[in-house]
Amino acid sequence: MAEAHPVGFQWVMEAKKRGAKVIHVDPRFTRTSALADLHVPIRAGADIAFVGGLINYVLTTGKFFREYVINYTNAATVLTGDFADTEDLDGVFSGLDREYRLYDMETWRYQGEEVRPAVGQRSPEETRARPTREQLRQIRAAGRGERHGSGGAACHPSPDTDETLQNPCCVFQVLKRHYARYTPEMVAEVTGIPEATFQKVCELLTENSGRDRTTAFVYSVGWTHHTIGAQNIRSASILQALLGNIGRPGGGVMALRGHASIQGSTDIPTLFDLLPGYLPMPHVYGNEDLSAYVAAETVQNGFWANTSDYMVSLLKAYWGDAATKDNDFCYGYLPRLTGSHSTFDTVLAQLDGVCTGYLLLGQNPAVGSANARMQRLGLANLDWLVVRDFSLTESATWWRNGPEIETGEMRTEDLKTEVFFLPAAAQTEKDGSFTNTQRLLQWHHTAVEPAGDARSDLWFTYHLGLRIRQKLAAAATEETAERDRPVLDLTWDYPVNGRLEEPDAQAVLAEINGWNSKGEPLSSYTQLKDDGSTTCGCWIYCGVYAGGVNQAARRVPGGQQNWIANEWGWAWPANRRVLYNRASADPDGRPWSERKALVWWDAENNRWTGHDVPDFIADRPPDYTPPDGATGVAAITGTDPFIMQNDGKAWLFAPAGMVDGPLPTHYEPQESPFANLLYGQQHNPVRQMISRPQSLYEPSGNEPGSGVFPYVATTIRLTEHHTAGGMSRFLPYLAELQPAFFCEVSPELAAERGLEHAGWATIVTARSAIEARVMVTERIRPLRVAGRVVHQVGLPWHWGLNGLTTGDAANELTHLSLDPNVHIQEDKAFACDIRPGRRPRGPALRDLVRDYQQRAGITPQTGTQP
Amino acid sequence: MSVSTPRGAPFASGPADGGLDPAARSGYADHPPRVGFFTDTSVCIGCKACEVACKEWNAVPEDGLELTGMSYDNTVGLGASTWRHVAFIEQPVTVVDAPSAPSRAEGVRWLMASDVCKHCTESACLDVCPTGALFRTEFGTVVVQDDVCNGCGYCVGACPFGVIARREEDGQAHKCTLCYDRLGAGMEPACAKACPTESIQFGPLDELRERAALRVADLRAAGQDQAQLYLNDPDDGIGGGGAFFLLLDEPEVYGLPPDPVVTTRDLPSIWKHVGLAAAGLVTAGIALGLGRRPR
Repeated sequence: MAEAHPVGFQWVMEAKKRGAKVIHVDPRFTRTSALADLHVPIRAGADIAFVGGLINYVLTTGKFFREYVINYTNAATVLTGDFADTEDLDGVFSGLDREYRLYDMETWRYQGEEVRPAVGQRSPEETRARPTREQLRQIRAAGRGERHGSGGAACHPSPDTDETLQNPCCVFQVLKRHYARYTPEMVAEVTGIPEATFQKVCELLTENSGRDRTTAFVYSVGWTHHTIGAQNIRSASILQALLGNIGRPGGGVMALRGHASIQGSTDIPTLFDLLPGYLPMPHVYGNEDLSAYVAAETVQNGFWANTSDYMVSLLKAYWGDAATKDNDFCYGYLPRLTGSHSTFDTVLAQLDGVCTGYLLLGQNPAVGSANARMQRLGLANLDWLVVRDFSLTESATWWRNGPEIETGEMRTEDLKTEVFFLPAAAQTEKDGSFTNTQRLLQWHHTAVEPAGDARSDLWFTYHLGLRIRQKLAAAATEETAERDRPVLDLTWDYPVNGRLEEPDAQAVLAEINGWNSKGEPLSSYTQLKDDGSTTCGCWIYCGVYAGGVNQAARRVPGGQQNWIANEWGWAWPANRRVLYNRASADPDGRPWSERKALVWWDAENNRWTGHDVPDFIADRPPDYTPPDGATGVAAITGTDPFIMQNDGKAWLFAPAGMVDGPLPTHYEPQESPFANLLYGQQHNPVRQMISRPQSLYEPSGNEPGSGVFPYVATTIRLTEHHTAGGMSRFLPYLAELQPAFFCEVSPELAAERGLEHAGWATIVTARSAIEARVMVTERIRPLRVAGRVVHQVGLPWHWGLNGLTTGDAANELTHLSLDPNVHIQEDKAFACDIRPGRRPRGPALRDLVRDYQQRAGITPQTGTQP
Repeated sequence: MSVSTPRGAPFASGPADGGLDPAARSGYADHPPRVGFFTDTSVCIGCKACEVACKEWNAVPEDGLELTGMSYDNTVGLGASTWRHVAFIEQPVTVVDAPSAPSRAEGVRWLMASDVCKHCTESACLDVCPTGALFRTEFGTVVVQDDVCNGCGYCVGACPFGVIARREEDGQAHKCTLCYDRLGAGMEPACAKACPTESIQFGPLDELRERAALRVADLRAAGQDQAQLYLNDPDDGIGGGGAFFLLLDEPEVYGLPPDPVVTTRDLPSIWKHVGLAAAGLVTAGIALGLGRRPR
C-alpha cells in the first residue's frame, strides 16, 4: 500500500500512531513492509491456502464471533444433500461439466427452495426454460460476476436453518469440513510462510477481533490478478464475516484499486459485462426483453428486488423521451452478450480479422495488458486505431519501434493499420470526479485550459457522438433509419462551455444522479421507479447531486466534523461510509461495544442513527419481522444487515454469484513449479483460457518440462512509476527516481544463476524473453515449499520502449489464463527462467523463446486441461 | 528592512545565544522565530514526494537517469540539482522464529530517510562565500542568490555534509532555500507540504526540538534503542542544525558524518597562530638584522 498508495498510507501511519498493528503479506519486503510490525513472506499465488489456514484456525479454535455469525451470516443455512464439496471430489465441487468448462449450480442451493422458483407472482409460462449446455457455456463465459445473482436461479430467501450449527449440511459444518485440511503445517508447506509467523498472524488477528476490536483487510491486484482472484477476495470476506469484522469501524475488506478512478470505471462501467450500478449487461439468453431481463436478474428480497426501478431509470437516462413503456423503454437498443467480450477476446477478434477498429483512451495494452506481443499483433491487424493519451505511448508507436519491428516479425512498410494519435487533457485541465477505493466521489476542477489540441475524454466522446449522429441523420435511408435509432434516439445534449466547447461535466453528474418527472434532482435511489417517471444514470450514485448541489465537491475539513467526516466528498450509496454498518450493532440494535459504536437504533425517535449514515431502512426496528409472503425491501428483517443479499445475510457459502465455486479453494496458478499439495485438481477447473500459438502455456507441477521454468515470477509496482508508464516514464522528475527496468532476485538466486547486482539478466517464459538490470536484495527471500527451496523474481511492469526511461515490458512474459468471474489476467504468479546477460536482438529473440518451448515440450495443449 | 548581512563570521567567537538565533547575529533586529525541519525518518515511507515537490516548486533540473544499484536510491546525494535526497539502507536482521527459511533465519530492515541542507547555525558555506551570495535570512535559514554567485566554489569544499555544489549548466552554486519564497508568503516548504506521513515536519525550531525529544523517547521506550536525534544539539560542531533528524541507527549508516564540525571553526585559532608565527618571524628577522651590523 505504501508503494502504490503513498498518500492513502498516511492513514495507516495514523492508525499505527494510535497503536494499530500492521501486518504485511507479500512475496517481497517492500516499502510497506518497512513500516509494518510483521512481514509475512508468501509464495505468489498461494493466498487461498494462507487465508484458508486462518479460517481453519478460527473455526477449530472456536474464535469466531458467535453471535455475529449466527445472526448475520448464512452459517446456519442448510444446503441440499446433493452438494458435494472439494473434500468429496478431490478438489472440485458438484455440478462440474469438464467438457464445457462450467459449473451447474443446482446442487449448491439452499434447502427449502423449490426447483426453478418463479420470482414474484409470475405465471408458469413466464418461468424461463432451463438453458442448454451451450447456452449455459455462453452465459458463464460472460461472467458478469460482479452482479448479484447467477443466470436464472435466485437462492431461496427463507431457507431451512439450524441455529445450533450442528447439521452436517449446514453452511457452518460444510465450511469447517472444507477448510479442515488447511492446517498450519499445510499452510507452511504450500505457501512457504514459516509456521511461527503464521501462528503469530492467527493470534494477532483473533486477539484484535470481536466486540471491542476490529481488524481490516486491505488488498489490491496482488490478490485479484490470478485465475482464482475473485475467490481470493471471497476468502477474506468469509474470514472477516466469521470474525465479525464486516460493517464495523476499522473492519472490512478494502480494495485498493489500481488507479485514481478505477472504482468509477466499474461503477459507471467501462466493462463489457455491466451496466451502471452493477446491473448486468443483457445476455442473449434469458434477457430477450425487459420483462425477461427483470424476471431473470431480479432477486426476490433485498434491494436488488428493485432492479426494474434501477434499470428503467437508466434507460430513461440513455434514451430520454424516446424511451416509453410501449417500447420497453428502448431496452431493445442495448447490446446483448453472447459470451465473453473482454479485452482479450477483443484481441482475438482482431487477430481473426473480425474487429477492425479500436479506440484506446488512456490505455496502453502494448505494455499494460497480458501478453503484450499478442496485443501488438492484434493492433497490426486493424484497419484503424485511435490512441488518446498524454504522450506517444507504445500502443501508438508499435508500428515503427515495437519489439516486432526489432525481431523482424513486422515491417513498418507492410503494416496496414491507420493510426491516429489525439492528445488528451490531464485531470488538472478538466472538471470531473474521481471515485476512489472507498467509493468516495471527489470532484476536481479545471485549473488550466489544455494546451494545443489536447482535449478531455468527455469532449472527445461528446463531440464524436455529435458528428456521428449528424452523419447518420444526413445519410439516412429507410433501411438504415431503423438500424441507427439506438444512436439517434440517445439524449445527447449536454451544455458546452467556453472556447473549447467543453461539455459541462456537472450536467453529466446531474444526469447520473437523476431527476423526477418534474426535472427535480433526486436525492435517493429509493425514489426510483420503473414507470418511466424517473431518470437516473447510475442508481448507486443517486444522491450525489441531491438538491442540485454537487455533493462530490464538498470540502468541509476533517477538523470541523466527526471522525466519519461525511461532509467531505460523497460516497455511494447514499453517502454511507461503511457498508452494511447495521452489522456494527447487535440484533437488538445496540453497538457491540461503546468503543466500536457506529450506528444504532434510536427507539425514542424510531430511527437508526449514529456516526455514519445507516446502511439500512431508516425506520425499520431491530425486532421487525416481515409479514408472510412479503417480498423485496419489505422482506428485510430488522436483523438483516446485508440488505443486498436475497437472505439478508453475509454469505460464508455462496450458492450463486461465483462461477468457479461456492467456497474458495486452493488451486495452483496456471503456471507453477508445484503440484497442488491439497487436491488432485491442479488448476481452477473453469478458469478462462485463451490458448493460441502466440500464447502458449508452460507445463506445471510434476508435468514433464516444468523444470525448464523453475522460478515463480510476479509483477510488482513501484511508487515512482504509474501503471503502464504513460504518466511517469515521460516525466523527468519521475524517470530519474527509477531510471531503469530491473528485476529483484535474492542473493541465493543470483548465486544459483550467476546474476550480478546492477548487471543484466534475461527472463524467459513460453511467450517471450525480456532483459532487465539486476537488483540483488534480501528483501525477496527464497521460501521452502513442498520440501524444497523456491525462488521468486519480482518484475515491475511499468516499462516500455518509449519515454525518458525505457526498458522491456514485463507483460511480454505473461499469459492469457483469466479469472472466469471477471476476466482478469493472471500476472501475479507465473513461472519463468532467468539467466545472466542481455537478451538476443532481432530474430534471435524468437529463436531463444522457441528453444525454451521445445525444451519444455510445449504444445498448444500444454496446460489446457480443465 | 535591509537584507545586508555583515560578513565577519570567520572572525566571530562562538554563539552567545545558544545557537538559536543566527538571524540576530546576522544583523536582523526584528525577525520571525527561527524555523527549520524536523525529519522523523522512522515514519518515512520512501515515496520521494519530497524530491519531486522540491524540484517542481524550485524548477530544479533533472540530474541523472542512471540506475545506481543502491537499493531504491537513484538520487545518490544532495547537490546543485538535488535538494531533497531519500536514502535507502537495507540491513539484515536476525529474526527469532523462521525455522522454515532455507539457509538462514534472517529478516530485513529497510531504513529510509530524506536528507536536506542542514541550514547550520554555524554555517561554513556562509562563512567562506566571498561575494555575499550566500546570506542568512530573517528566518534563520541560509540561502544562496543565483544572481550574485560567481561560481568560485569555495562553499563546496566548506560544507561538512557535501550539500552545496555547482551546477554544470550555469556554473553556479545551488542548494535548498527552505523555500524562502514560500515562507515569505506564510506557506510551508514544498517538501513538508507534500510529505504524506509527516516525516518532514516544518515549524519553529524550538517547537520541533521539543517534539523530537518526545518522539525519540517514545521510540526508545518501545524498544528502538538505536533511535537517536542528529543535529538537534546546539552544542554540536555546527551549533545545531536548522534541519535536524530522527535516525534509527548511527549517522554513518545513512551516509551522514557522525560528528560534523563547521569547517571554519578553527579559522580564528589558525589566524591567531599565523599571527603569532608572523610576529615570531618578524621578531627573529629584526633580531638577526640588528645583529648584523656592517663593520
